[in-house]
Amino acid sequence: MSIWEYANPVKFIRTTDRVLPWISAGAAICLVVGLVWGFFFTPDDYRQGSTVKIFYIHVPAAMMAINAWAMMLVASLIWIIRRHHVSALAARAAAPVGATFTVIALATGAFWGQPMWGTWWAWDPRLTSFLVLFLFYLGYMALWSAIENDDTAADLTSILCLVGSVFAILSRYAVLFWNQGLHQGASLSLDKEENVADVFWYPALVCIAGFVLLFIALVFLRTQTEIRARRMRALIARERQA
Amino acid sequence: MIALLIRDLRLAVRAGGGFGLGLSFFLILTLLVPFGVGPETGLLSRIAPGVLWIGALLACLLSLDRIFALDHEDGSLELLVTAPLPSEGIVTVKALAHWLTSGLPLVLVAPLLGVLLSLPAPGYLWVTVSLAVGTPALSVIGTFGAALTVGIKRGGLLLSLLVLPLYVPTLIFGAEVARRGAEGLSVQTPLLLLGGISAGVIALLPFASAAVLRINMRQG
Repeated sequence: MSIWEYANPVKFIRTTDRVLPWISAGAAICLVVGLVWGFFFTPDDYRQGSTVKIFYIHVPAAMMAINAWAMMLVASLIWIIRRHHVSALAARAAAPVGATFTVIALATGAFWGQPMWGTWWAWDPRLTSFLVLFLFYLGYMALWSAIENDDTAADLTSILCLVGSVFAILSRYAVLFWNQGLHQGASLSLDKEENVADVFWYPALVCIAGFVLLFIALVFLRTQTEIRARRMRALIARERQA
Repeated sequence: MIALLIRDLRLAVRAGGGFGLGLSFFLILTLLVPFGVGPETGLLSRIAPGVLWIGALLACLLSLDRIFALDHEDGSLELLVTAPLPSEGIVTVKALAHWLTSGLPLVLVAPLLGVLLSLPAPGYLWVTVSLAVGTPALSVIGTFGAALTVGIKRGGLLLSLLVLPLYVPTLIFGAEVARRGAEGLSVQTPLLLLGGISAGVIALLPFASAAVLRINMRQG
């Protein structure tokens, strides 16, 4: 199984059609189980009370907001180097999903920050770099929709994605230099023995799995839609010529 | 390359608009800030370095779409791209011409406008230095944005949306140099970082801009 098989849109649609129901169902189950578990069956934090439960949406959304951009970066590279058409479409499909996750992370962060920090918004490095990331998503999507020729649009947005990634990382460290923050350090990382107590950790893992599956399902679905829309445009164009 | 540079400079000076426009915009912006925040000297002198930086950045942004748009309209851009000169050279020269016609004048008038905003005395040197180091990066990044949007009609707004997030690191370090300088603190770290960004951007981004320009011209 190589990704080149799926450069054929028919093959891509056939395969994703087969796995899509499973992924969607998995996403739904994980999200329902994880959120219900997290919201109703975990103890309140002794300092933050029940507001801590927004964690189960905030953290996975923030994670996926960054990972979506990383996925777009990889897909763009594959498109630039080997001109894998479906890859370019997948990058395009991922952008609005990633932007939505960014907004979710910012909004839930604001709801959490209001009772905890006493403010909806602070010019904290993490918050600021997420806002910048959101602007990058907006620019990326705007460029896609502004260019008529599909291949040109794919090329230009891929390069924008590459350059944007470099600048996004630069901005991340620049804002760190610019202001010290309120936001706590990373609460989840792979190199620690125990990140948070297990009672919070397992539902959080289920939620993260749910968000990942949701992202995959949405990207597959949107890529399929784009392929079908293109096919439709091609058919209409052929009809007109005949 | 030099011929192209001279041609671009001549066009910018003679064809009207571009050259003085950025400067006037900068002047108007610094005039508007006291109207917006009030004429209190202490407040003005505290925000002066940041205002000067944002003003310079916006004035720079204003003239970006002229980098390629006019050449694209009359077809000379296609000739340039098909000429033996590598397109990396073209975008570098374009960025240089843009800097000479809009970045450099901004650097030179910034201290004068600092007087209007009652910039503290040590700030004059550092505002000028930080702008001198930072504006080339603004021009080069702007050329990348202009190359991206060259084929798009009415791409001005899109250009701003694409370029402004890319300006974030430059603005942060530039304004930090100016602010620390004005307060009499050590400017070494942000100045080095700003110089690093400028140097890196000047060295690497022309390749991306040239690739983008070729893609846009391929469309025909």
